[in-house]
Amino acid sequence: MSRDDVNVVWLGSPTFPKAAHDALQDTQLRRNLKHATTTIRDKRLKAVAELDDWETLREAGSQIKDRVMRHLDEYLLQLEASVTAAGGVVHWAQDAREANAIVSKLVRAKGATEVVKIKSMATQEIGLNEALEDDGIEATETDLAELIVQLNDDRPSHILVPAIHRNRTEIRDIFKREMGKHGIAAPEDLTDEPRALAEAARVHLREKFLRAKVAISGANFACADTGTVGVVESEGNGRMCLTLPETLITVMGLEKVLPSFSDLEVFLQLLPRSSTAERMNPYTSLWTGVTPGDGPQEFHLILLDNGRTKTLADVEGRSALHCIRCSACLNVCPVYERTGGRSYGSVYPGPIGAVLTPQLVGVGTSEHADSLPFASTLCGACYDACPVRIDIPEMLVHLRAKVVDSHRGGVPKPEALAMKGAQVVFGSPRRLAMAERLGAMAGRFVGIRGGRWLPGPARKWTGARDVPVPARESFRTWWRKAGRR
Amino acid sequence: MRVALFITCYNDALFPDTGKAVTAVLERLGHTVEFPAAQTCCGQMHYNTGYRREADSLVGAFNDAFRGYDAIVTPSGSCGGHVRHHHKTETAPNVYEFSEFLVDVLEVTDVGAYYPHRVTYHPTCHSLRMLRVGDKPLQLLRAVEGIDLVELPEAESCCGFGGTFAMKNSETSVAMLQDKMGNVRKTGARTLCASDNSCLMHIGGGLGRVKSGVRTLHLAEILAATR
Ligand code: SF4
Repeated sequence: MSRDDVNVVWLGSPTFPKAAHDALQDTQLRRNLKHATTTIRDKRLKAVAELDDWETLREAGSQIKDRVMRHLDEYLLQLEASVTAAGGVVHWAQDAREANAIVSKLVRAKGATEVVKIKSMATQEIGLNEALEDDGIEATETDLAELIVQLNDDRPSHILVPAIHRNRTEIRDIFKREMGKHGIAAPEDLTDEPRALAEAARVHLREKFLRAKVAISGANFACADTGTVGVVESEGNGRMCLTLPETLITVMGLEKVLPSFSDLEVFLQLLPRSSTAERMNPYTSLWTGVTPGDGPQEFHLILLDNGRTKTLADVEGRSALHCIRCSACLNVCPVYERTGGRSYGSVYPGPIGAVLTPQLVGVGTSEHADSLPFASTLCGACYDACPVRIDIPEMLVHLRAKVVDSHRGGVPKPEALAMKGAQVVFGSPRRLAMAERLGAMAGRFVGIRGGRWLPGPARKWTGARDVPVPARESFRTWWRKAGRR
Repeated sequence: MRVALFITCYNDALFPDTGKAVTAVLERLGHTVEFPAAQTCCGQMHYNTGYRREADSLVGAFNDAFRGYDAIVTPSGSCGGHVRHHHKTETAPNVYEFSEFLVDVLEVTDVGAYYPHRVTYHPTCHSLRMLRVGDKPLQLLRAVEGIDLVELPEAESCCGFGGTFAMKNSETSVAMLQDKMGNVRKTGARTLCASDNSCLMHIGGGLGRVKSGVRTLHLAEILAATR
């Protein structure tokens, strides 16, 4: 991967329809995705149905997040004070470059040339691994799925299961081919049994955990009142990162702050059920500053903006920042299910990516980002699944309007002309009736000539679908002729 | 009760039979309906594609055309949903999707229909998740005499239409359509029914292209059928 294509979006990514074209050709990918999303979808429904106060919990989550966004500045300052009081150091980073520079400086100050990492989309967003590599520091992802992606020099395709697009056999091949290049090699006779794969990863990673002086993590939550930072995970590798090394550096998006420790009560119920369909996630690690003689003795918290305050400024778009990265919306999204995460060309794929990415990088800045809000049928499944009730469909439509408005004023595109034309026709019932008569004539003409295959842009429809032929007589004409009122 | 028909622009031009069926069912139940001729389009397509200004210009005209009615009935879950959620006017709350109107307002499920064929039903996304019509269409279908109603596998997954999505992301749209058609065929039904002609146009267009022999019919047309 090149060095400058790592900030939120993979710069130079094709637009969604182009990327989807390639993904759709890959039948193995489609099978893997369908299997994985269907399985987790069903499990999640069952896990959610167990709680009869689920809707109340969702509402609570949504309201807490709403409050955070309204007073973000206050909560962040409070968090800074609490973390500092507990012996941690807080750094503020405006963008990717600033954040990477801070991390790099901290690692070098420890004289370390390798770091272990856990669960951090924020560091993926800023391209930290690549930036560290430039400074001669090797970063190892310790989350199993992220390790798979990293070893294969691949890109993640899912928030929670970054390697969702790979099956077991593919994973075995990646382990056998790559592990030896970075540390302890996978055994020669490695099978594709999940147990065997997990064991190979364990052996490979353990050596790194024991050696690393510095760990880098993300954060699921940070409590403003106590300064407590938390990570939830399933494998225990995070726990190793968070307790073994001498220095812990956490990179966290500004929006992850919660008002108080007791708010965790809500989110620790919402998150596991929505993401892995578990009642509780296997590992929840919470730390508050440093504790002498226990765990890392140095703790740095980097608060990352990188487009977030800009997003916050848009009242209709800001609830994208409520996201707790559970990935439920990805798993229920029919578009994601067919195209996979990499088609979104961003660290944040699926429905949430379609609304978050364009806002973080700015609407109207690239064809790629502008194509994302249109990568949805607005079926609404994501809204129903979201544990914090983010109205993604409504936000998609809001962002579409911003995209359209950002292109007004220049030479209108064919689509804009068509929309304008339709507005004029719909502007009066008389014009509509006339257009319908013309349409019926043209439609029948096309019908006679075999209108199943139309030229030009219409081919996007007729490639796989017949066109309906306009009726000989519209409803309004029939009504009038029948002498009704 | 003054009842107005809101016949959406594509129902008007492409599927007038649906409007006629709605009329027939309501009249059979003893109601008089009116068709305010000043109506044109609710602006959903504009709104959903990002052309808000253009959409806004249609809202006032819609409201003017339908002012004064107790109920405005439409055979489209998606246009009905759009008006109810996005038109901030006095008429918006009076808009009902056809099955909602029958079950919730008129409180009937048996409309005296006869349709002796195997039918499967696709619940469209906007009726399902925007209007929350639940199983009202199915209640109506179950009461049809002679019908052999079979369940559609993965019924609630989107068919891939999505308005302009079907053109802008046509390949993804078609991939979704293919899965939907596969499920329809599994049922062995000869008729696919839904409460929205937009989705039916897309699915029917696909079923027609592969000469599946399955026909698509709007719910109103099945309910209008009699012996
Ligand atoms: S938008 Fe909602 S459903 Fe999607 S990842 Fe975020 S919290 Fe989960």
